[in-house]
Amino acid sequence: MGKAWTFGENMNTDEIIPGRYNITIDPLELAKNVFCEVKPEYATNVKPGDIIVGGQNFGCGSSREHAPIAIKGSQAKCIIAPSFARIFFRNAINIGLPILECPEAVADITEGDDIDVDLATGEIFNRTNGHQYQARALPDFVLKIAEAGGIVNFLKTHDIQELMS
Amino acid sequence: MGTLIEEIFGRRAGRPVQAGEILLLDVDYIMSHDNTTPLAIKAFRDIGKPIHDKNRIVLHLDHAYPAPNVLAAENHKKIIEFVKEQGLPHFFHQGVCHQVMLEEGFITPGAIVIGADSHSNTYGAMGAFGAGLGSTEIGVAWVTGKCWFKVPETIRIELKGKAQPGVYAKDVMIYIAGMMGMDGGTYRSVEFGGEYIDNLPMHERIIFPNMSTEIGAKCGLIAADDVTIDYLENQTPAKGPFEKIQPVNPRYERVIEIDVAMLVPQVACHPDVDNAKPLTEVEGLEVHEVYIGTCTNARYEDLEIVANMLKGKKVNEFTRVIVTPASNRIYQKAMKNGLIEILLDAGCTVTGSGCGACIGRHGGILAAGERALTTMNRNFIGRMGSPLSEVYLASPATAAATALTGRITDPREYLMMNAE
Repeated sequence: MGKAWTFGENMNTDEIIPGRYNITIDPLELAKNVFCEVKPEYATNVKPGDIIVGGQNFGCGSSREHAPIAIKGSQAKCIIAPSFARIFFRNAINIGLPILECPEAVADITEGDDIDVDLATGEIFNRTNGHQYQARALPDFVLKIAEAGGIVNFLKTHDIQELMS
Repeated sequence: MGTLIEEIFGRRAGRPVQAGEILLLDVDYIMSHDNTTPLAIKAFRDIGKPIHDKNRIVLHLDHAYPAPNVLAAENHKKIIEFVKEQGLPHFFHQGVCHQVMLEEGFITPGAIVIGADSHSNTYGAMGAFGAGLGSTEIGVAWVTGKCWFKVPETIRIELKGKAQPGVYAKDVMIYIAGMMGMDGGTYRSVEFGGEYIDNLPMHERIIFPNMSTEIGAKCGLIAADDVTIDYLENQTPAKGPFEKIQPVNPRYERVIEIDVAMLVPQVACHPDVDNAKPLTEVEGLEVHEVYIGTCTNARYEDLEIVANMLKGKKVNEFTRVIVTPASNRIYQKAMKNGLIEILLDAGCTVTGSGCGACIGRHGGILAAGERALTTMNRNFIGRMGSPLSEVYLASPATAAATALTGRITDPREYLMMNAE
């Protein structure tokens, strides 16, 4: 279970982590400044397992990987949004940050709601208001990458073909 | 049977594929540049396995080359050392990565090429799949030779009619961006076709896949035809035979028809590419810099349009006019044919080839309150310098007309004067 942190539409990677902090690729360092322009209280108050609830086209703009790395470094469990910008979508999966597309959940969840997410089934349960939402289940290969903690870690011990088997 | 992307991916998978499927495919080339290669090297070192096939790796120095500061210099040094250490055969510093990829014949119909640069979509002009990815995936592909893809749904854009004089592919694409919005093609393959595309020369076709990125597309594709084969055979060292892969009984998510004959020159206004307007609505707006360059519009034919319009004239004395040929090969041809002399006589500054002023890190930087009109593909806030500057996007002809007056100017009157 985690607390929901809500964000607006077209959240671009500059707003997730401004360019001036991209001098490091250390997840914990980046996490200290994640969302600092749009929600400065996030970095200090986020708890492991909290959930990011974003608007449509989440992660648009520059292809910088620092953005999903910063969110992962903050120990958020996953991001739920109606849609993600394409390169952010890939980058998040490859660094092992699960992302779920679910417009119904985004429309209904308010900041601070207690949320349960089953990544394997895509079921999202809002403990605060008792509503249930269904995101598209994550493909097996995405779960494999997430379990390994990212594609780089996956490849240390597996062949890439094992992603699809 | 399927859309062009289903046909391309299906050939590589060795079986028919459909939109929505996830595939692990061999990639032909893996491209990265000075901005994105250092992180790919880190991913590569972390994985700790050897390179799968050196011949598939293509590295460029173009985003800030030669280095304008110590940080860029350190990056270049790191990349050059890596190239030497691994003995990589494809290493270039002769212009914008995407133009060099085309010129050097890496991109052929049906090829699957990934790049750590969002404008890798450009390769779709050859009927190839090209898409931008993050640096980590580039490091992964160096080791595996493979990449995962979701087969995208396709939006077909059918372009009909003949453009009026003074209206170029850039104007048509800016109009499309305005109509579809910056997320209008997200995750989608956008197929460009129709009689307008069929009749376009290669340098104009390239604009559409290149700027498909600006509407969020995964790839922008134009099916290979005689124009493609002619380009490959006569302007690149690529070796055939080439297959003209076509969509076969395709099922499109959406088909958009546009009659290009009704379009006037377009401008994408500050601060978004989809803030497209007919030029007539912003005519007369003061401009402090005109930049003719980038992977979108700095090919020989673009420089030729500009030189024809500036020949024997002087650009506005208070407007900085910068011309950056997309590649050394273009630069050499322009020099040989007298274009560079015309541009210099007119008062332009001609720089070495590369990405130049496009990312605000290599000359041509804008001060607060300044406005640029450029042939680039992006106009995000602060892209070319101060966050308080503005960037407008247009065709090379509009850029040349604007260079003469220092105000956004309709190129059609100058083109007509030249024609008389």
